[in-house]
Amino acid sequence: MLLQERKDLFLMAIFSFVVLSAPILFQPIGAGYPDLLQKFAIYGIFAIGFNILFGLTGYLSFGHAAFLGIGSYAAVWSFKLFTMNVVPAIFLSVIAAGLFAALIGFVSLRRSGIYFSILTLAFAQMSYSLAYSVLTPITNGETGLQVRALLKEGQTRGLLDADIRVIDSFFGVEEFGIPITNFFGLKMSGWEGFYFCAIILIIAFFISLKIFRSDFGLMLRAIKSNQNRLNYTGINTRPYLLVAFMISGMYAGLAGSLLAVTDPLAGAERMQWTASGEVVLMTILGGAGTLIGPLIGAGIIKYLEQIFSSINNYVLFTFFDFLPVELQVLVTKLTSLFVGEGWELTLGLMFMIVVVFLPGGVVEGINRIMGLFHKRKRKEDTTTNHKAQPAE
Amino acid sequence: MSDNKLKIGRRSVLKTGALVGSALATPMFFSNIANAYTNEPKGKAVTLGFNVPQTGAYADEGADELRAFQLAVEHINGEGDGGMLNTFSSSELKGNGINGKKVEFVTGDTQTKSDAARASAKRMIEKDGAVMITGGSSSGVAIAVQGLCQEAGVIFMAGLTHSNDTTGKDRRANGFRHFFNTEMTGAALAPVLKNAFGEERRAYHLTADYTWGWSQEGSIEKYTKNFGWETVDAVRTPLGAGDFSQYITPILNSGADVLILNHYGKDMVNSLTQAVQFGLRDKQVNGKDFQIVVPLFSRLMAQGAGDAIKGIYGSTNWNWSLKDEGSKAFVKSFGSKYGFPPSQAAHTCYCQTILYADAAQRAGTFRPSELGAALEGFKFDGLGNGPMEYRASDHQCFKDVLVVQGKEKPDSKFDLLEVVEVTPRSQVEYDDKILGGELGPYNDGA
Amino acid sequence: MDVILLQLLNGLDKGGAYALIALGLTLVFGTLGIVNFAHGVLFMLGAFCAVTFNKILQLGIEKPVADTGFGFTPPPEVMPYVKIWFGETWGDFIISSSVPLSILLTVPFMLLAGIVIERGLIRFFYKRTHAAQILVTFGLAIVLQEIVKHYYGANPIPQTAPDGFSGSVNIGAFLGISDTLVYPWWRLVYFGFAIIVISAVFAFLQFTTYGMVVRAGMNDRETVGLLGINIERRFTVVFGIAAVVAGLAGAMYTPTLPPDYRMGMDFLVLSFVVVVVGGMGSLSGAVLSGFLLGIMQSFTAVSSYALLVFPNASEEVRQGAFFKLLDFVDTWILFPGIDQIIIYLVAVFILLTLPRGLMGRAGVMED
Repeated sequence: MLLQERKDLFLMAIFSFVVLSAPILFQPIGAGYPDLLQKFAIYGIFAIGFNILFGLTGYLSFGHAAFLGIGSYAAVWSFKLFTMNVVPAIFLSVIAAGLFAALIGFVSLRRSGIYFSILTLAFAQMSYSLAYSVLTPITNGETGLQVRALLKEGQTRGLLDADIRVIDSFFGVEEFGIPITNFFGLKMSGWEGFYFCAIILIIAFFISLKIFRSDFGLMLRAIKSNQNRLNYTGINTRPYLLVAFMISGMYAGLAGSLLAVTDPLAGAERMQWTASGEVVLMTILGGAGTLIGPLIGAGIIKYLEQIFSSINNYVLFTFFDFLPVELQVLVTKLTSLFVGEGWELTLGLMFMIVVVFLPGGVVEGINRIMGLFHKRKRKEDTTTNHKAQPAE
Repeated sequence: MSDNKLKIGRRSVLKTGALVGSALATPMFFSNIANAYTNEPKGKAVTLGFNVPQTGAYADEGADELRAFQLAVEHINGEGDGGMLNTFSSSELKGNGINGKKVEFVTGDTQTKSDAARASAKRMIEKDGAVMITGGSSSGVAIAVQGLCQEAGVIFMAGLTHSNDTTGKDRRANGFRHFFNTEMTGAALAPVLKNAFGEERRAYHLTADYTWGWSQEGSIEKYTKNFGWETVDAVRTPLGAGDFSQYITPILNSGADVLILNHYGKDMVNSLTQAVQFGLRDKQVNGKDFQIVVPLFSRLMAQGAGDAIKGIYGSTNWNWSLKDEGSKAFVKSFGSKYGFPPSQAAHTCYCQTILYADAAQRAGTFRPSELGAALEGFKFDGLGNGPMEYRASDHQCFKDVLVVQGKEKPDSKFDLLEVVEVTPRSQVEYDDKILGGELGPYNDGA
Repeated sequence: MDVILLQLLNGLDKGGAYALIALGLTLVFGTLGIVNFAHGVLFMLGAFCAVTFNKILQLGIEKPVADTGFGFTPPPEVMPYVKIWFGETWGDFIISSSVPLSILLTVPFMLLAGIVIERGLIRFFYKRTHAAQILVTFGLAIVLQEIVKHYYGANPIPQTAPDGFSGSVNIGAFLGISDTLVYPWWRLVYFGFAIIVISAVFAFLQFTTYGMVVRAGMNDRETVGLLGINIERRFTVVFGIAAVVAGLAGAMYTPTLPPDYRMGMDFLVLSFVVVVVGGMGSLSGAVLSGFLLGIMQSFTAVSSYALLVFPNASEEVRQGAFFKLLDFVDTWILFPGIDQIIIYLVAVFILLTLPRGLMGRAGVMED
């Protein structure tokens, strides 16, 4: 037990170090700029939360994007109505997403397996369709909900087109044009925004670690391995599942609010099934059920989406400048299939290769490499504790 | 990016990553402080950001936009045949880049999603140092990216975006649009419809259920109501419905004699194909031939509808068959480089790049506020749409609007649209106040 | 009244298409236990078989066309070989019938593709988790999409129905009830085609020994294996059949929906909903739920029945029970946006009232 705690402390220290020095560590691979690092952190939180449900209980939700969307909308509304300070926005988002998750979870968890997946998918798709069209007065439809300038005296405009920000107005905050989000005066875009997300990521990771190590986490794993047996012993598993569902929904809401914090715009497409599918893929790609895997999966997918898609023929051609011209053209043509507009091909191939050769996701690959170096330590996996747990 | 790839190699050799990394990262952290405005170019080059859909339903349109951008960059840098620079009324650009700086560009994928588009634009601004973002194939994306550019303090030159909101409710000081909008489509198309189909018509709208669709529906309704058209029903269809049959069947019994398809892209291709299959165009209602109208046409997309577009009326921003000097120069330049004619999306993107470059040259700086002032109220000609003006009050470009009809006997697969009328600019001009919104102040960032 | 009949007919037609698209998916679910996210892409591949077949028929001797003077030349006019070989009339007939004729290409190609995918990839995933299956089939789907995009571009490519089937048929006049009951020929053909293919698959599973073994394998794979029957090979064939059915559904759908490389993904979610609402492992459930969802979708697409059935209703009509019923439907059921969410609403309702969908069997994909 004590050993476990020391190891966790060590893990947290390493994790915090890597996250906080990400601007330097990721610079060499072209990812050292605020927006992508923010996205790494935010989608990392999303995937970590998703993993608490899917990784521990095995319940595969295909509608988690709905909570991401709810979180974003709640946060932007908080900016519009109350204050540009991000703290109330984050609280509101997490609460809204938690309540919504309680509702959907209560209904969906009556079924298991693929029936559960389709129920969550159905709820998310309904939310998406309604947000896109009928609920436009709340969501501003396709254009997305945005922060606007304050309503001026004598203007008659709807709340979608002009904000009131009662708390900021009460404290007499001066605004010039459209204001940006702040954390008690510290602006939340750029590097400041990244460090804010990074610290929340570290906290979120820490909570996830605690859940993994707790009796509650053990119970969730028991549900995954054999729910019937638990039911026979007289344990009602539904409340545990519902709490797990709510927690992961709140993580999604938190991620959604951070998306709005770093970039105050909330669109319906965040709730579409493709967005729900993305977090599923992130989690499985990195390694479902492992602590760090979902985070790695999120990073890889966002990296491919942003950096690989930006490599055009011109860049490639310049890059292969050292080759003879004919070869340069040929190599450029070949590689251009996998980058630029072909970045999705790389993504698809990567999914297949990882799942065929590394059943446990990228984390398994990392463990194998580590294992080669530290044969002695191989069994003491720092990222999962399947082996350590029974000792308690 | 090429540099970064090299760095991976270097890094693995050096293996003392952190030190190297921190050395590389340092300038990033402090670079903004010394700038007079966001991404002020200090070296011999200036970077523009081309943000287009490379995946998803509009990937082909995005690819065409990218071709046009590359062509524009070549011409500004003095390569190629110069294209529309030769016909452009302003002759500030000398073929040596902008303000003596060579133009370079970075590209990204919007995926036709606001989030992805903003992320991509942010990368261009934060990592690649772009001073201007342009491109795109959807109004939602354009508005999202325009808002971002305002925040970041760079100029946004909108690509293909047709919703009123881009320069209406959601206009921003840092954003400029060359493309036309639904208001102008309504004003230009309505008189032609009146002449072709008469004044007593009962219209049925099928409208894509999102902002652009509503905007389009509203404009057509507004201008056809003036001479007595009646709207029987306006049905909202979900985006990307694929099969529209369940929305088409009620039309048969509705007593309507005109169907207005407020759809764009793939939705338009599908709904038009299916409406024609339902025999709507062979129908007689109220003693008149049933008609179909597609307010916004795109030649690239119309190819997907095949024979269904023959005889259908619509409007377009530009078509390659135009015979003015500017259009001819552009088509020749584009055609000889790529082997096929440019689309309207390519045209608007090319123009936007040239207009930006010219304004920067005239202002003598890339600072958004000064550059924007140079564009405001700027009158020009020779870019394929006749005499044009960037209106100062809403940053919307005003020009003649083309009303087109699907050609009955096309000469080739490129030759799909026939220009039936060029509606003069005076007829499509409107008071910017009717759309609401305000530009706000320029943001130079930094 | 026609409105209601027409929406019903349209619902049946949509339902037929949904059932056909979902059939292969539920077959693979039920027999192989594989969550196949690449199913939609198989549908898309079938559609592109039709496109390719059309391109093959268009091959011929090229006549160069005049330069446009713009530095590019439009594609040359082509005298297709089929016209040269079979004469103008027959040549035209063959080219115009390219969609139904493309079955000749679709069936062998899709069978081959199905077998290759199953042998080369899917079979390694029978014992893996559903999560792994999702990841690998999704990856496969993206790769296949990108390959199609590379060769055919992202824009939809129009395909025409054969001459004589491209217009619509006046069913109302044919039945002597009214003349606004009009429906496209090709959709009726597609409906008939869907019924034939679905019946054929059912007959194959029900009446052949081969099908019997497959059904037995669906119930208890291990026991069948113990009997000394090579169940693996039969699974390969089942996957091949699923691919062929999806491909046929796609190829024949092209005149209605000009195909593009993403059309499969658009149908993916829908086909999953159809299958799960029908109940896992049940073919008849999938067909039933296809029709149910099709009809629901069609019925909710109308904004007001009362207005359409009684365009100029007199006060007397307004007091009638039928008018009141329609008015009730308009007010209380057809709220704005219902048509966009109806299939999900139905899915939620059915899954909550019937634990395993309409006709699902216990124990299939419940863990």
